[in-house]
Amino acid sequence: MKRFLAFVQKELQHIFRDTRTMLILFGIPVAQILIFGYVIKNDIKDVHIAVYDQSKDEYTQKITSKLTSSGYFILNRELSDMNNIDRIFKEGEVKMVVVYGNDFSKKMNGRGDASVQLLTDATDPNRANLITNYSGAIIRNFVREEFHIDKLPVEINAKTRMQYNANLANVFMFVPGTMALILMLVSAMMTSISIAREKELGTMENLLVSPLRPAQIVIGKVTPYVFLSVINAITILVLGVFVFGLPIRGSLTLLMLESILFIILSLSLGIFISTMSPNQQVAMFISLFALMLPTLLLSGFIFPVENIPAFLQWLSVIMPPKYFIIILKNIMLKGAGFAFVWKETLVLAGMTLVFIILSVKKFKLRLE
Amino acid sequence: MRTIGFLIQKEFIQIFRNKTMLPLIFALPVVQLVILVNAATLEMDQIDMTVVDIDRSVTSREMIRKFEGSPFYNVKAAGLSLEHAERNLKDNSADIIFYLPQGFERDLSERDEADVQLLINAINSMSAGLIDAYTTAIITDFNNQLLFNRLGQKFELPVEIRARYYFNPQLDYNIYMLPGILVILVTIIGVFLTAINIVREKELGTIEQLNVTPIKKYQFITGKMIPFMVIAFVELAIGLVIGHLFFDLPMEGSYGVLFLFTFIYLLVALGFGLFLSAISDNQQQVMFVVFFFLLTFILMSGIFTPTESMPEWAQAVNVINPFAYFMKVIRMIILKGSGLADIQSEIYSLLLYAAIILSLAIWRYKKVS
Repeated sequence: MKRFLAFVQKELQHIFRDTRTMLILFGIPVAQILIFGYVIKNDIKDVHIAVYDQSKDEYTQKITSKLTSSGYFILNRELSDMNNIDRIFKEGEVKMVVVYGNDFSKKMNGRGDASVQLLTDATDPNRANLITNYSGAIIRNFVREEFHIDKLPVEINAKTRMQYNANLANVFMFVPGTMALILMLVSAMMTSISIAREKELGTMENLLVSPLRPAQIVIGKVTPYVFLSVINAITILVLGVFVFGLPIRGSLTLLMLESILFIILSLSLGIFISTMSPNQQVAMFISLFALMLPTLLLSGFIFPVENIPAFLQWLSVIMPPKYFIIILKNIMLKGAGFAFVWKETLVLAGMTLVFIILSVKKFKLRLE
Repeated sequence: MRTIGFLIQKEFIQIFRNKTMLPLIFALPVVQLVILVNAATLEMDQIDMTVVDIDRSVTSREMIRKFEGSPFYNVKAAGLSLEHAERNLKDNSADIIFYLPQGFERDLSERDEADVQLLINAINSMSAGLIDAYTTAIITDFNNQLLFNRLGQKFELPVEIRARYYFNPQLDYNIYMLPGILVILVTIIGVFLTAINIVREKELGTIEQLNVTPIKKYQFITGKMIPFMVIAFVELAIGLVIGHLFFDLPMEGSYGVLFLFTFIYLLVALGFGLFLSAISDNQQQVMFVVFFFLLTFILMSGIFTPTESMPEWAQAVNVINPFAYFMKVIRMIILKGSGLADIQSEIYSLLLYAAIILSLAIWRYKKVS
């Protein structure tokens, strides 16, 4: 036990003497939470539009000023013909061109066949869709006000209530997602690199001939990282709760226990990666490159898992972060207890066991 | 020139004899591209809807049939209890609850208006917004049908609003995401390989052998950059081919412009990798520095959400984010066919950036340890 503790102490010294790495380890969760909280936004705001007004009369001018005073749109320029619309979109700044037909006010007051076209740059299809919907709604509202059509002859009012997340705050998405991403990547990277490093520099052999058993070496290697990762998890939660007002409706103890389980899973994945890697380069490449984008994209973090094609849903079944995110969301947002998350917990525990067994097997092979 | 040639040859030999790294360098990006483009989708086509129809009238059933007929919805009835239905929302088996209250049909015929309720699982706010928009659109559609039945003609506002979508009339999300993911993959490979490379020589001590040779600093840096630039170009080309074969990725612009811009971009990206490796002592350290910058830059690059929606200060930070430039320009060239004139300000910015970062890298690389 004393030997083991001395070994853990050695590992801690290795970690703490490199201040730059330490700074980054603790800086990453903070930076990421702030980016997600303040930077990643999908709102329509200050979208540049161009107007081609063939009528230039009362209504068209009113509509244009309604659009630009809404805060969603900024008038970039006025056009005098339709010839250059392609060109304007290619320059990239203008995202929508509004084209009013001729005799707009006259037609609107007369036969009611005034026309307006909303031409959008649909390279980003969701955005084009949103821009069209927003501007369409503004125009329709204007016309209804102007013609005093405050109610349709028959009208179904759909009252939408956003459950669990009334103001559509993104915090409910990015806090669980960030926790999964950071804990997974940092834990897997740290362990895989640290073991591969000892191999590459030849110091692993020194350790193996020491009286410590291989299992003790491995456990000694990961123990400091469990603490580091728990600190990261707490940082993320504290920022989420105090800066972004994230509620934690379920049990905090359960939340921390699940996080520790996930950390151990990621660490054992890191050990597994290191047993397959001859040197640090390979270990890093696998733990960074092979894990980063899939964790971001396949775990239901940014894009909902239900939308992805069936064959990929199969693939997301083996993504540990997916289960962790489900657990976190259930506990934090829905206040669910263990009864609601025991299945996911079991999957995570099973995965941990698999990685440990695989690593132990590989490890033995190398010693013979 | 000959010296640089030998240095490049040395790097290529080292790359190609590494039987673990070589397949990883080429297989990982390809596999990820094919898989992730499919995963990064916000097209909603599997919306699970639980219906609570208290009214059980002809009209309410007709309305539900609208959703059953839509390919985007999986409709499930949940009896008459809203609480019971909310359990579905809680355990994720429903994305939305559609609640038709008692007296829905009567209200419509007597008061000419009636309420329905939509309860949406809004934990993912982006998809909740889309589900709301889709569902409301179908209800509006049904409303118009009722209006037509009542009035005997279409009810219309005195203005006709028509929408047209340029460059991507099918609103295909894949061709929007593919160039973005490609940018990330190509950059990670390039930055990672260059950053690790020099530090590795430092850590293993082989850099001292290079330091005692008469190789000049700029020759050393050029010799390190060209091989990884070649690899990055090959990755980009493979990615484009995959895009054309499997995702109907168009190519509206010219390959010449795209490759020219890629070249300038890679000067910056690889220069960044070199700079990071010059200021780091060992592989572990450089790895975490690279990880930090890549993750921050990727998230701020505008791959998921448009950079214009970001706050001013974040847009200011993006001036030093190489991803942001390429993310914008690659989509402009491939999807819209933008030419050199359209992207000239980005070209000048990146050229300036490249000059600065490469000078920094050469300056920080010391031939003495």
